[in-house]
Amino acid sequence: MNLNRRSLLKLSAATLAMTAAGVPSFAQDITELVIAYNVTLPSWDPTVGPSAVNPTIQGLYQSVFDQYILQQPDLKPAPGLLTEWGWSEDKKQVWMTVREGVTWHDGSPFTAEDVAWSLARVANPETGSPIQFVWGTLANHRVEGNKVIADVASFDPTIFKWMYFLTGYVLPKTYYEKVGAEGFEAAPIGTGPYMVEKYERDAFVRLKANANYWGGKPEFETVTIKFVTDAAARVAEIESGSSHVTLEMPYEEYDRLKGGMNAYATPVSDIGMIFLNDIEVMTDPNVRKAAVAAIDKQAIIDRLLSGYGVKIDTLQTPEYDAFDASITTAYDPDAAVAALAASGYSVDNPVKFKIQTTKGFKPKDYEMIQAIVGLWRKVGIEAEIEVYEIAKHYELRAADQLAPAAFYNWGNSVGDPTTSTGFAMFGPSPHSVWDGEDLIGMIGPLWGEADEAKRIAGWKAVDKYIADNALVIPLLQYVQPVLAAKGVVVTPHASGALLPHLMKRA
Amino acid sequence: MALLRTILLRLVTTAVTLLGVAVIVFVVIRVVPGNPIAMMLPPGATGEDIARLTALYGLDKSILQQFLIWGAGVLQGDFGTSITARQPVLAMVLARLPATLELSTFALLMAVLAGGAAALTGTRLRETKVEGGIDIAGGMALSVPDFLWGLVLILLFGVLVPVFHISGRVTPSLDLPFITNFYLFESLVRLRLDLTLDLVSHMFLPALSLAIPLAAIIAQLLKQSLKETMHLDYVTLARTQGYSEASVIWREALPNAVLPTLTLVGVQFTFLIGGTVIIERVFSYEGLGNMAIDAVINRDLPLIQGIVILFAVLFTGVNLVVDLMYATLNPRLRHG
Repeated sequence: MNLNRRSLLKLSAATLAMTAAGVPSFAQDITELVIAYNVTLPSWDPTVGPSAVNPTIQGLYQSVFDQYILQQPDLKPAPGLLTEWGWSEDKKQVWMTVREGVTWHDGSPFTAEDVAWSLARVANPETGSPIQFVWGTLANHRVEGNKVIADVASFDPTIFKWMYFLTGYVLPKTYYEKVGAEGFEAAPIGTGPYMVEKYERDAFVRLKANANYWGGKPEFETVTIKFVTDAAARVAEIESGSSHVTLEMPYEEYDRLKGGMNAYATPVSDIGMIFLNDIEVMTDPNVRKAAVAAIDKQAIIDRLLSGYGVKIDTLQTPEYDAFDASITTAYDPDAAVAALAASGYSVDNPVKFKIQTTKGFKPKDYEMIQAIVGLWRKVGIEAEIEVYEIAKHYELRAADQLAPAAFYNWGNSVGDPTTSTGFAMFGPSPHSVWDGEDLIGMIGPLWGEADEAKRIAGWKAVDKYIADNALVIPLLQYVQPVLAAKGVVVTPHASGALLPHLMKRA
Repeated sequence: MALLRTILLRLVTTAVTLLGVAVIVFVVIRVVPGNPIAMMLPPGATGEDIARLTALYGLDKSILQQFLIWGAGVLQGDFGTSITARQPVLAMVLARLPATLELSTFALLMAVLAGGAAALTGTRLRETKVEGGIDIAGGMALSVPDFLWGLVLILLFGVLVPVFHISGRVTPSLDLPFITNFYLFESLVRLRLDLTLDLVSHMFLPALSLAIPLAAIIAQLLKQSLKETMHLDYVTLARTQGYSEASVIWREALPNAVLPTLTLVGVQFTFLIGGTVIIERVFSYEGLGNMAIDAVINRDLPLIQGIVILFAVLFTGVNLVVDLMYATLNPRLRHG
């Protein structure tokens, strides 16, 4: 082909015309809801593998699958596929009443068999459920009419809470056995508000409203969830009108855009905290107490997070079952100086240790630690910052090899103290780096405490002990920013899950 | 015969290179901090749970044992199963490869066209303000990394003047009748220009982000090469025969000046494919690069291995093709 000036011009014009014709439409009438989501969905099985325990994708799962028990936006449980549930008098059995009249997305009836099979499947170690240690506390699952009965192999007071937490989903027995794991990944079905119409890995999922949903047909007939992992790109998506809803953008961008949109900034069940490992200088209570007292949490929230955060002094947020507003730790730099002086430290002779942090994993994580290190320096603490990847944090934490101080964010959408204070501070847990026997002694009996009031009171006492002895540094409860086009009203969920079936037209 | 010997030699060195890459990647991702089991540990997991999950994913064996098991599988076409997606790695990787190849090729085409046009214009108007302008533009294009170009382009053509799609590869609501994952190619073959337009509209900005720095390199090198050629005797002879300056550049100088640029384009193409990792992320483009980042974040060891091996195959393959093209086009090598 001979390329001359004229043909080059023709080619350029054709290219321009082609691209102009292919531009997205920005119609104001929302016939198809488009959501720019912040994470991708690696797997459609919500019960097995790493995705099943990834809190950030539970909203996607909950659009397609139902959990055994429904969790309301305020984290409280409500009847879902199970309408009633409980223990027998002697706590040797659990019983669950299964909702009738529910169908799977393929039209087949949902039955108690599905519930019994789903529970038995994840209790089987060979299935590979990461939460098998919880589901394995129930055994001998059986169906009696529309009831499911299971024997209690070992009593876990939180078993029903797990039924609206990670991996607590009901899968279709007949369909799964027919298509197998691979077939289920290719064409998943649930009983949830939306059905999977099209799924492109790493790109999008297109959902169709389930007209037969037991909770009522969702308002938007079609929902496309685009996986847009870059925060700047998500902002561009919502700003350009390419998406109607997005979440988790920098707070500065949220503030810039919120005037022209429906904007939601809601505290969620995700907290920022600093683990203290009982090694080196952290075995000195004066150092720990000084480290806590020297941090002005509110100032950090106001200046670094534009005010989007809730100061916390225990590992419980106000929505959690064991939250106790009376347990506080004050910002008191003078007390910090005095505590350090009692151990022979001062500004001229600072105590030294390392603090680890992620950088960019959570909003302003590194900047927060920088600010804290600055505050510490003023009272006589010289902390060296080490930046690590979140994967390294998990590995170091599981091996009990974290630095004396390590920043992390802890999610607990079920709101139970066992899954916050419990696993974070109980020495034998792979998630805890505090090994003090006194704390292990306090927490141990609470795992199997059958009296709920006594159990919650016990956890509050543990939190008080932790705060008094500065065994961990709770910092803040995160606020999740969500932006929506004017035509869409979002109901934020305290778990942080962005649920399209809770969205309505304005 | 010389060409055949070159091909055979390159195939042997390619095999050795791939084996080396496989060993290095396999070992490195297992010794760096962060393992997939720690990533998926739920609250309350016991040592027994950790051991069970570690065994389930075959990570309880020594690195050598793991490598031998994996290597034996690879030789039979089994690259293992992704830990996060629970799908065969080879199928996942091959499904994403066409998207990255189409993006890279489209970007290369843009870079060659833009860089070539700039070089030809600069040569035609050498020692004028236009050439100076091209040099300055080239310097600017090179001084900004491709992902930053991506963000700038999103802002310009996605937000301020929204004329292109800024995320994804194709509009989700479109029904695709394709049997391969080479969407753009297949849409052209099937004459489904509506889909071609949609695909180009999605691909344009990420491809442009990748193309801008490469276009600048091509422009610089080709212009320099052309300018040197313009002083040679046969070019002067062509001028004295009455050919126009444009014709002299196009017909006489360009065929001889293009060889070093071709080599550079080949080398840079591999860098361009590497650049897709970040660019695909920025534009949420469902290619191999985007998948690679997720695999690394999730410490999905089998998937990381599969992607790296495929990238290595691509790189060595592209280099091989470039070498062969060079040998074919260069008369001294062709007849040597």
